[in-house]
Amino acid sequence: MIPELGHFSLIVALCLAIVLGVLPILGAARNNRVFMGVARPLAYGQLLFIATAFATLAYAFLSNDFSVLYVAQHSNSQLPGQYRFAAIWGGHEGSLLLWALLLSVWTAAVALYSRHLPEEMVARVLGVMGLISVGFLLFMLFTSSPFDRLLPAAADGRDLNPLLQDPGLVIHPPMLYMGYVGFSVAYAFAIAALLGGRLDATWARWSRTWTTVAWVFMTIGIALGSGWAYYELGWGGWWFWDPVENASFMPWLLGTALIHSLAVTEKRGAFKSWTVLLAIAAFSLSLLGTFLVRSGVLTSVHSFAADPKRGIFILSFLVLVIGASLLLFAWRAPKVGLGGKFDMLSRESLLLSNNVLLSVASASVFIGTLYPLFMDALGYGKLSVGPPYFEAVFVPLMMPMVFMMGLGPLARWKKMAVPDLAQRVKWAFASALVLALLLPLLMGRFLSLESNKWSPMIVLGLLMAFWIIATLVVSLRQRWTGQGTFMARVRKQSLSYYGMQMAHLGVALFIIGVTLVKGYETERDVRMNVGDTVMAGGYEFQFNGVTETQGANYVAGTGHVSVRRDGRVVGELSPEKRQYNVSGMPLTEAAIQTGVFRDLYVSLGEPIPESDGAWAVRVYIKPFIDWIWAGCLLMSLGGILAVSDRRYRIHKKTVSGPQSAADSLQSPVSSSQPEGAAS
Amino acid sequence: MKPRQKRAVYIVVAVIAVGLAVGLVLNALKDNVSLYFTPTDVHEKKAPQDRSFRIGGLVQEGSIKREGDGLTVHFMITDLHQSLPVIYKGILPDLFKEGKGVVAQGKMEADGLMHASEVLAKHDENYMPPEAADALKKAQTANAAAASAVPPVVK
Repeated sequence: MIPELGHFSLIVALCLAIVLGVLPILGAARNNRVFMGVARPLAYGQLLFIATAFATLAYAFLSNDFSVLYVAQHSNSQLPGQYRFAAIWGGHEGSLLLWALLLSVWTAAVALYSRHLPEEMVARVLGVMGLISVGFLLFMLFTSSPFDRLLPAAADGRDLNPLLQDPGLVIHPPMLYMGYVGFSVAYAFAIAALLGGRLDATWARWSRTWTTVAWVFMTIGIALGSGWAYYELGWGGWWFWDPVENASFMPWLLGTALIHSLAVTEKRGAFKSWTVLLAIAAFSLSLLGTFLVRSGVLTSVHSFAADPKRGIFILSFLVLVIGASLLLFAWRAPKVGLGGKFDMLSRESLLLSNNVLLSVASASVFIGTLYPLFMDALGYGKLSVGPPYFEAVFVPLMMPMVFMMGLGPLARWKKMAVPDLAQRVKWAFASALVLALLLPLLMGRFLSLESNKWSPMIVLGLLMAFWIIATLVVSLRQRWTGQGTFMARVRKQSLSYYGMQMAHLGVALFIIGVTLVKGYETERDVRMNVGDTVMAGGYEFQFNGVTETQGANYVAGTGHVSVRRDGRVVGELSPEKRQYNVSGMPLTEAAIQTGVFRDLYVSLGEPIPESDGAWAVRVYIKPFIDWIWAGCLLMSLGGILAVSDRRYRIHKKTVSGPQSAADSLQSPVSSSQPEGAAS
Repeated sequence: MKPRQKRAVYIVVAVIAVGLAVGLVLNALKDNVSLYFTPTDVHEKKAPQDRSFRIGGLVQEGSIKREGDGLTVHFMITDLHQSLPVIYKGILPDLFKEGKGVVAQGKMEADGLMHASEVLAKHDENYMPPEAADALKKAQTANAAAASAVPPVVK
């Protein structure tokens, strides 16, 4: 009875979504207050019913109701409680329900926090989100309801894929989906602006907060996914350029471009059409990501067994969304206008160049990801595009981007003279270059490698990272010196400025992590008898055999490996080879000792037949790998800091009123030299 | 500069940038695309001899053999019509099992073995890599056409 209640709730939610998608937009067009006024209650109602549906599915999972097909496929009575809950999004149907739930959460959040927005704007934004919701609810009800019954009920479930029985899976999908779905808000704002023909600094300010929050979720989601792959897949890699990873990376790149383009639209009123186009593209790529993951058209670790009907539905939905948005864009964009003018070298031009580079990078990932699909569809046979393609394209595109990323915060709005800018950054560049050239000479000794490894790629990577840090220091120095006491000047800078710098610092840490782990990692696949030792990167790993241990729903062979450095024990690692009771599926659980400068990573291969307890063992030393995720974390924190800026919390009455002294630094009408006369 | 000239400069710069990016993409695609073949294709000499390619199919029952070092593995990939011997040195993925779907990337060497640099098995027991499924389907039609006997049962 309870699952039927969930199904019924979804149908009610669909009805509400249809009304939400039609009446408020109509009301905004005809200036009908009543029609516009229903938007908020409908948004809350929709959330209520989808949340009810979600709760019933959660109940079915937690109470082991194996008469529900989806539960029987993805859960088991032996499965620990938290994974039974996470199993809700362990498969196709449930993750769609999560998508729909998060969409209704975002919709309700917009309804709640939009008191200071004009009524037509709210009506249009909520209406557009309602339409998206209609698409997803229809999809769920027609092709993939999680509430379908299995009669007679199964005695027990088929269990959740062991790879997904991990704390990472409990939070990775909801975070990532929050990001994916969050871009629907940016999209809805863009469409609302096109419909209303109003796109100004105030619009950009509203849209910016939402976009940044979505971007923060997405950054965390992707970082969690990458971390999960690192410790769970047992290959020690953190990014595989897998189609599904790419599917989340493409909207992230465009979302990053969008945040920066919105900054210009807010402060200078420029890039208007471009901003709208980016918002449409970022959300379309989010939808495409859903399509790629759910349709099973691409070979990927995330693919579920595919149903062609689903693929066709999502593809049609995608074509409809993109087609309608672009038509609307072509029709209304001239009305929105291009915005302010700027010179060849200015902060605007640097931001625009980086926007273009990010979009091109996103497009190159798109081509690499979908190329096999197109070739197959055209009958040229099956092929695959490997990680070297992505590296060969992505790295050269990111180099100029990082260079301009350092310049951007130092350049003036509107117009900047080349000598002036060069003067500001020459010491930053020189010191970054010297450090990048010298550091690799010391690195080998620091990481106790056999030899010093000095390669151009390492120098280049370090140069990029140090360049960001050096220009960041220059920028802070400029802002912190001058009139007034030091503390007063530190406090005078806006939170969004600090947020930006923190996110940029995150990029620098990320680049350092990627460069050093790629340049200095050590990997050894070896056969080890009990008592054998192997040397890797200055560490001595001794294999002390494997014993059997009993887990909650699996049996594991636990390896015992002690690690020594210069004869001193630095750690005991216990990698596992698990065999899950229900599915019988084996799983390698790597053991990792995390450190600031290096991770020690051991995973078990297979036992070697006809030997005395010998195993194939994989040993890695991963220098600086955690800096990759630390960088992502800093980027997200930067985003959070930026949206905490007080200018986003101003209410209706102060929107057009005079702004405080601190805000005037950032104000769209302030002088063209917001840095002040520090240099 | 006049606005018109400025715009012209922007356009030229943009065209050069896009051109460079396209060149980069095409160049990278040329070098890093690997084609899929089935064991039957390899048998019919359709697969390239001098470059790396991918092969999909099932790990043939009873074909996995390990050398004394515990790391070098020999096995056959089959589409139930033809099979291809593969050699791989390293640790295999968890779901690499006899009778299960597999994709291997590697090069044919003079010894008649495919020297695999990468072996992929997917992460879900019920999930068959599309390339492996495709190889089986093709072989099935070939088998049926050749022998017009009872088509092999693919579970």
